[in-house]
Amino acid sequence: MTTQPRLTTETQLVPPARQRGSLTVLAYVVLAVGALVTLFPFAWMVLTSLKSFQELFSLGFWPQEPTIANYSQVLTQTKFLTWFGNSLLVAGVSTLSVLFFDSLVGYTLAKFEFPGKNIIFVLMLSTLMIPTEMLVIPWFVGVSDLKLLNTTPGAYFSILFPGLMSAFGVFLMRQFFESLPTDLIEAARIDGMSEFGIFWKVALPLVRPALSSLAIFSFLGNWNAFLWPLIVIQKPELRTLPVGTALFNGEAGTQWGLIMAASSLAVIPVLVVFAFFQKQIIEGVVLTGMKG
Amino acid sequence: MTTIPSIARLRRPGSLRRRQTITAYTFLAVPLVFFLIVRFLPTFTALRLSLFDWNILKEVQPYVGFANYDKLLHDGVFGRALVNTALYTIIGVPAQIVLGLATALLLGKIRKLQGLFRALYFAPYVTPIVASAWVWQWLFSPQFGPVNTLLVWLHLPPQPFLTSPSQALATTAALVVWQNLGFQVVLFLAGLAAIPRTYYEAAEIDGASGSQAFWKITLPLLNPTIVFSVVTGTISYLQLFTQVVNLNFTDQGGPLSSTMTVALYIYQLAFGRFQTGYASAITVVLFVIILAITLLQLRFLTRRVDYG
Repeated sequence: MTTQPRLTTETQLVPPARQRGSLTVLAYVVLAVGALVTLFPFAWMVLTSLKSFQELFSLGFWPQEPTIANYSQVLTQTKFLTWFGNSLLVAGVSTLSVLFFDSLVGYTLAKFEFPGKNIIFVLMLSTLMIPTEMLVIPWFVGVSDLKLLNTTPGAYFSILFPGLMSAFGVFLMRQFFESLPTDLIEAARIDGMSEFGIFWKVALPLVRPALSSLAIFSFLGNWNAFLWPLIVIQKPELRTLPVGTALFNGEAGTQWGLIMAASSLAVIPVLVVFAFFQKQIIEGVVLTGMKG
Repeated sequence: MTTIPSIARLRRPGSLRRRQTITAYTFLAVPLVFFLIVRFLPTFTALRLSLFDWNILKEVQPYVGFANYDKLLHDGVFGRALVNTALYTIIGVPAQIVLGLATALLLGKIRKLQGLFRALYFAPYVTPIVASAWVWQWLFSPQFGPVNTLLVWLHLPPQPFLTSPSQALATTAALVVWQNLGFQVVLFLAGLAAIPRTYYEAAEIDGASGSQAFWKITLPLLNPTIVFSVVTGTISYLQLFTQVVNLNFTDQGGPLSSTMTVALYIYQLAFGRFQTGYASAITVVLFVIILAITLLQLRFLTRRVDYG
């Protein structure tokens, strides 16, 4: 109950005096219906994945004879676990790179005075408006000319290089470093700390919340990346989860049990992680929205 | 050149500034090279390719000037894709903002379970987009989908949804709104929490009604959140691709190009038909559109509100 703007989980927006009993009940009802509509697709996905092919088109909600046959078929017929690993690798490496370089650039743009500072910031920010579609054609010509797709490390590099740094992250980190007191940095400088040491040991630990929200956004973005991986991945064993799922589902045709099992396998681990860290994830997103 | 250097030498800021400059550019070296090679040079390459009849499969790539741009003026599918992309944006951006704000306002009215509801609404946002799209396809299946089962149960006529040229686009937009809603809710909850409560208390003392308080206090003070949501939402809707591809995988952009977007058309031209030069011309047009709309939105939507 404070008047300060806060980034809290529980937000009480209306003063108690304003609250009317029946209106509150109505709010609960509307929110509950909305939540049911939001969650129904997940329920339908999982329930369908447990149905046999015969039962699939029976329109019933609950599977009469639940079976995990669809799951075992997806896991034996495809390289699902490999795709999962590929996505983890691609999204993980990209996120680590984004965290390091975007905070280094953000810190430099916020805390140093040097010629060209503003123009560099504006130029980096302007890349947010370049559509990915415009870049993928030259990227593809580039990786083909360099014959990167012929080797496995080269192919992995080709999949993930576009996500190694992001202008959005630079913007976010610059905002956070700007609000950091310069005295701390000056004090460390007088103590004779190296410039990189100041960044790494003094400045970076102070913006940890910003780092975690950048990590969430970067990971989600790279985990979901579809257009470029679809273009650049040639070998089935190099597919990421979105590309593998889409191509498998496309081949499965009308075998919806298989399609829903593959979708469940892609969705459920993410939802489990979300369930555990939902508070941190959502607060990270809030932080980004407030600074953006 | 005569007085300034002597003052500079007196306080010796020159050497500090030079040290700062050297450190800054050392830190920025790798990122600058990255942005140059991965973002800027490809943009210029796309511009250059758009002036050629470039085809990955052919040996010769003749220079054709603005012929590709001339061609797209007479390309019916491109026109369709452009109109569809505009429709997605015009439907999707306002829908997700209105629903997101309404849900956030409702969440603000309750005391218990707020965190739970927020997490439930947010779940689709973290769900893999490709998987969600396939589930959506199955939900809206004309024969076997539960949505039509519900309609029949309510004694309403079943709908063709994604198989109909007149309904497929709206069904696709609904998927994107479902995915983005939780993010909008969270954004608006934070925006609402940042509005000082004293404004509402003052309005209540002055006898303002609830709707007056909404239009005169809530909405103007939410301006930064709304601008952020409009600008980022528009940029993402203008590049809509993944959902459209996965909702109709065998006839991408169909039925009858009714869900075709500019991004999907670029992909099909460049990587399906290898018309790289022509596809590049369309990417340039898309870039100009995004640039123009973003700058216009920032110029006209941003309001300075000062109730201090």
